[in-house]
Amino acid sequence: MAFELADILPALPEIILSAVALVLVLVAAYGGDGAANARRVAHLTLAGIVLAAIALLSMTSAQSTAFGGMFRADAFADYMKLLVLMGSFAAVFMSVTPLERDDINKPEFSLLVILALVGMMLMISANDLMSLYMAVELQSLPLYVVAAMRTNSLRSSEAGLKYFLLGALSSGMLLYGASLVYGFAGTTSFAGIAAAVSETDLPAGFIIGMVFMITGIAFKVSAAPFHMWTPDVYEGSPSPVTALFAIAPKVAAIALMLRLTYGAFGSIALEWSQVIMALSVASIVVGALGAIMQKDIKRMMAYSSIAHMGYALAGLAAGTHEGAFGVMIYMTSYVFMGAGTFAIILLMRRDGQSATRIADLRGLSKTQPLFALGLMVMMFSMAGIPPLAGFFGKWYVFLAAVNAGLVPLAVIGVVMSVVGAFYYLRIIKIMYFEDSEAPLDQDVPLANKLVLGVSMAVILLFFAGLNSIMDAANTATMALMAPF
Amino acid sequence: MADKRCSGKFPFCWCENENRVWFFQYAACNYPTAELFTVIVLFRQIQQEIPLEIFLGEYLPIAVFFAIAIGLSAAFVLSAFVLGNQRPDDEKMAAYECGFDAFDDSRRQFDVRFYLVAILFIIFDLEVAFLFPWAVTLGGIGLFGFWSMMLFLAVLTVGFIYEWKKGALEWE
Repeated sequence: MAFELADILPALPEIILSAVALVLVLVAAYGGDGAANARRVAHLTLAGIVLAAIALLSMTSAQSTAFGGMFRADAFADYMKLLVLMGSFAAVFMSVTPLERDDINKPEFSLLVILALVGMMLMISANDLMSLYMAVELQSLPLYVVAAMRTNSLRSSEAGLKYFLLGALSSGMLLYGASLVYGFAGTTSFAGIAAAVSETDLPAGFIIGMVFMITGIAFKVSAAPFHMWTPDVYEGSPSPVTALFAIAPKVAAIALMLRLTYGAFGSIALEWSQVIMALSVASIVVGALGAIMQKDIKRMMAYSSIAHMGYALAGLAAGTHEGAFGVMIYMTSYVFMGAGTFAIILLMRRDGQSATRIADLRGLSKTQPLFALGLMVMMFSMAGIPPLAGFFGKWYVFLAAVNAGLVPLAVIGVVMSVVGAFYYLRIIKIMYFEDSEAPLDQDVPLANKLVLGVSMAVILLFFAGLNSIMDAANTATMALMAPF
Repeated sequence: MADKRCSGKFPFCWCENENRVWFFQYAACNYPTAELFTVIVLFRQIQQEIPLEIFLGEYLPIAVFFAIAIGLSAAFVLSAFVLGNQRPDDEKMAAYECGFDAFDDSRRQFDVRFYLVAILFIIFDLEVAFLFPWAVTLGGIGLFGFWSMMLFLAVLTVGFIYEWKKGALEWE
C-alpha cells in the first residue's frame, strides 16, 4: 500500500486543526497554568480555526473522498463545517475574559475545544460507520471534560458527570445500532449500506439498528425524549462552555443526522421519517412548554435549543430535497442566534459574580440600551418574527413539511412556536418594562461586542443576503443527495 | 417452508430450505405446523445464504481455542489449590497492587491517583497492542506503514510529554 496525497488532502482543514492541537498540547504543558498562558492558547486556537477556515474555503467543493472512502468532502460538508468553525470561533473568542474573571485559567479549555472541533468536522464528513463513531467520540470526550471545567463547583462537576453518563449511554446505543446495521448490510460504508437495502427487501433487524443509531444521535442533538441532560448541563457548566454547547455541536450532530438519513438510509426514507417526526413533535412540545417555567436564562436557553432542534428535525422528517434545504437555512440562523444571545448571557455579572437568572436582566434597557436592543433582536428572531433570520428558518422547514404531506407536524410546530414566543417576549418585557435596584456590571469585553455586532448584522440583514445563502444551501443539498 | 428439513437438538437447531439455512435459538423445530412455527420464531432467526457446513466450520478454531483456554486455566487454578503450600497470615491476605479491598463497602474514600495510573497504563498498553501486529507485518506494509506508526507514536509522545510535565507520573 502506497501513500497518496490525494487520499488525505480533502481532509486538510481537519489535519491543520489536529496539528495545531498537538502544538497547543506542548504550549499548555510548558507555558504554565497562569492566565497569560490560557490567553495565549486561546489566541493560537483562534488562529488555528481561521487557518482551517481559509483552507476549507480555498479548496474545491467538488465531491471527493479521503482515507479510503471513510471521509467525504463535498459542498454540504463545506457549508456545515463553515458554520461549525464560525460557531466555535465565536465561543472561544468570547470565552477568554469570562473564564479569567471566573478564575478558570486553564489553557486546556481552548485545547479541548479545538479537539472537539476536529471531531465535529469529521462527523460532518463521516462516510462510514467507523469514521462516524470515531468522530462522535472525538467530539464528545473533550466536551465532557470542559463541562466539568470549574472544578471547585459542585454543579459544574455534576454537569460533567451527567453529560458523560448520558453521552456514554447514547454512544452505546449508537454503537449497538451500528453493529446491527453492519450485520444486515454486510458493510460499514454509507454507500454500501445505501445499496444493500431497499423498501421492498428490508430485514426487521436493519430497521431496529437504524432506529438505535438515530436514537444515539438524537441524544447528541438533545431531541426529546432524549433531552433530559440538556437543562442540567447547560445550567451547571461555566457560561462560556454553555455557549459552545449551544452553538457548535448541535450543528455537527444535525449534519451527521442528515448524512446518515439522506446518505446511508436514503433509499428507505419512509422508514426513518416516522421516527424523526416523532422526535420532532416531542422536541417542539417539550422545548416550548419546558422553557415557560424557567428562572435561569441558561436553563431557558437549553429548552429553547431543544425546541429549535425539533423545528430543524421537522424539515428532516420531510425527507425531501426541500427538507434538507430548510434544515440548512435553519441551522445557519441558529448559529448566529445562539452566538448573539450568549454574547449577552456571558455579560450577565453582578459585582464580578456570574448572575444568570432571567430576573437579573431587569432594567437592562436603561443601563445598557445597545445590549438590550441586541438581545431583543435575538429573541424576536428565535420567536420567528419576520423579517429576521429565525423566521426564514422556520418558514423553509414548515414549507418542506407541508409539501411532503406532513401538515399535522407543521400545525403543531406553528402552534408551539406561538407558545415559545411567550417566553422570548417575556425577556423583552423584563428588559424594557421592569426596573432593577442593582444593575449588571458595565465593563464589556471587546469580543462580546464584536460577536454580538456580527450576529445582529447577520440576523437583521438575513433577508438581504437570502439569495446567496439560499444558493449555497441549495448547492449543499444537491451535494448531500448526490449519489456516492 | 413445506420442504424444510430440520436437525439439531435443544437449544440449537437449524432448518434447511432450498439454499438457505435458518438458525433458531429455541427448540421449536418439531412444532406441528410450519406457519405457526414461523410466526413464533420470527424475531429469533438469522438468515444465512451460505451452506451450513462452511458456516459452522468457520467457528471451529474458536471452539478449539476456547477449549484450550478453559482447560489450561482450570489446570492452573486447580494445581495451585492441590499442590501449593497454604499458610495464610494477615500480610498475605491484605490487598495489594490495587491498594484497597476489592470487595468492600463502596462508600469509602479512595485515592484517585490509582485511576490516573490505570488510565495512563491503558494508553500505553494499547500502544503496545498496536505495535505488535505492526511489527509482524512491517515487511508487507512498507514505508507507508512504517511512517503511519511513527506518526501515531509521535502523537502519543506529545501526550506523554504533557502528562510528564503536568506531574501525572509523580506519586508524591
